[in-house]
Amino acid sequence: MSAAETTTAKVPPARRDPLPGAGSGRPGEPGKKRGTGGGAAVPWALLAPCLLVLALVLGYPLVRLVTLSFQKFGQPQLWGFKAAESVGFDNFTTVLGDAEFWQVVVRTVLFAATAVVLTMVIGMLIALLLQRVSGWVKTLINIALVASWGMPIVVAITVFKWMFDSDFGVLNWLLSQLPGVEMHGHNWFTDGTQGLAVIMLLVVWGAVPFVVITLSAGLTQVPKELEEAARLDGAGSWGVFRHVTMPILKPVVVMLATLSVIWDMGVFPQVFVMRGGHPEAEFQLLTTYSYEKAFVVNDYSQGSAIALLTVILLLGVIAVYMRQMLKIGEVE
Amino acid sequence: MAASTAAAPAARPARKKNKLGWNLLGLLVFVTAGFPVYWMLNTAFKPAKDAIDPDPHLFPTNFTLDNFKRALQIGDFWGSIGRSLTVSLVVVLIGIAVGLLAALAISRFAFRGRKIVIVGILAVQMVPLVAMIIPVFLLLNDLGQYDKLSGLIITYLTFILPFTVWTLRGFIVNVPKELEEAAMVDGCSRTGAFIRVVFPLLAPGMVATSVYGFIQAWNEYLYALMLMSQNHQTATVWLSNFTTQHGTEYAPMMAGSTMMAVPIVILFLLVQRKMAAGLTAGAVKG
Repeated sequence: MSAAETTTAKVPPARRDPLPGAGSGRPGEPGKKRGTGGGAAVPWALLAPCLLVLALVLGYPLVRLVTLSFQKFGQPQLWGFKAAESVGFDNFTTVLGDAEFWQVVVRTVLFAATAVVLTMVIGMLIALLLQRVSGWVKTLINIALVASWGMPIVVAITVFKWMFDSDFGVLNWLLSQLPGVEMHGHNWFTDGTQGLAVIMLLVVWGAVPFVVITLSAGLTQVPKELEEAARLDGAGSWGVFRHVTMPILKPVVVMLATLSVIWDMGVFPQVFVMRGGHPEAEFQLLTTYSYEKAFVVNDYSQGSAIALLTVILLLGVIAVYMRQMLKIGEVE
Repeated sequence: MAASTAAAPAARPARKKNKLGWNLLGLLVFVTAGFPVYWMLNTAFKPAKDAIDPDPHLFPTNFTLDNFKRALQIGDFWGSIGRSLTVSLVVVLIGIAVGLLAALAISRFAFRGRKIVIVGILAVQMVPLVAMIIPVFLLLNDLGQYDKLSGLIITYLTFILPFTVWTLRGFIVNVPKELEEAAMVDGCSRTGAFIRVVFPLLAPGMVATSVYGFIQAWNEYLYALMLMSQNHQTATVWLSNFTTQHGTEYAPMMAGSTMMAVPIVILFLLVQRKMAAGLTAGAVKG
């Protein structure tokens, strides 16, 4: 997904799609006739294969997700011994009445919110720093960022697992070098809060490069004259950032923030792989919780209900993101 | 915020001095951001017994390739690589072929329902993959496609196709319509104009999109784990084989990680540039 966002984020001003109305018509009058005639058939024909595939691989499962959450669907139904029966809102009442579910919701929201704030703040700081360092430092940072961005997520998780290993992890060793700190053999994952903090560090480390690179591209669009003018008028660094840089960057920032929310709410392999495929109760986020209900407890309908609730929880954020994308892309 | 304390109206020499501070801070960022990557490489190339030394050396002392030899013996390395390659390549080919047509439709034609299609394609990218795993699992189960590469390919289209359409749309929009119109004035048909004028300009973008899509498909973990059995692991899932009840072989695991990550990071570096360059390269030249 990130790629689509990179391109769109990097080139907002370039993608101006002047008037879609003229798109179908050839220049000149004979074309105009054909343009309107074929205008509807040709694009739909071009779209047909794509829409067909999407209907099969996305549309059907989405519908199934909704219907599943209103049915009773467990092991017997999976093997076809029993037909799935409709149970109305039963799954939702069970889920919503479960105290554990609400704990998981709160934990997920806290996790995502903190991760997003950290990602955005650190990303912005590094992007601003990149403007101030010498060329060679900039190159070094860019290499490190792109390398960590390009790392397959599973590899990144594996490396973090190794760095935070309780006996041989380099981090415990490094921390023990500090005077008065004894971290040898410290297990980061006995405690949910500490463990999730490590996972969050991994998530933020993976997410910051995209934010920095996108923001850096955005920062080059901020006219130097405006900053100079603001400084002459007596604005301090913070003032310039707050009143000149930020307003110009705002569309990009909103887009990055909404995207980060969507991604950080959907964190799955980080928790799943870090905990060896069986996250403990205090590590459960909505995604892993839904997975566990479906594939460990074998209650597919309850799992679906939780997944659906997660999507609904995200709808507001998705709406903001889409509005921003459409505005930037000037699709209207 | 705090990073902008270097007041601009300072005199020249003061500026230079300031730069030193920023550079040091920059180096700190470089070291922090790059450390996990460095530590992976460092562990991969050191003897396995050095890796579990209670006093890990930050800088390499002994160099060995043993970990790579060991990693190759674990599980079915080449088989999993082969499967990942097959799935990723096929997905990208289908994605590009189908996606290009759709991208053309939404970027070069005006028709009723266009906006709905665009919103739809944007929206489906936002549905978390994890939320879809249950119905996708059941769908493949019904179709008899569980534990089959074809099933995995179908599944990967859920995220590769919308991504491809949207990204290609961005590239097509950047090819000026005037070029196409000029070709048509000179007697090209609409299709001819596309093949002779737009397509060559689009090629770098298509390459970049394909490589990006390939990387995404290659890196996918959850579906590969859920939809394929132990005997048909893909590359990402293969990495979990280093952990058994007897513990984890960390040094070989880092060697495995290196083999998995380095080609992808290099591909990524290449496309990074092309993605940016492909957007503007050679559009209207005189």
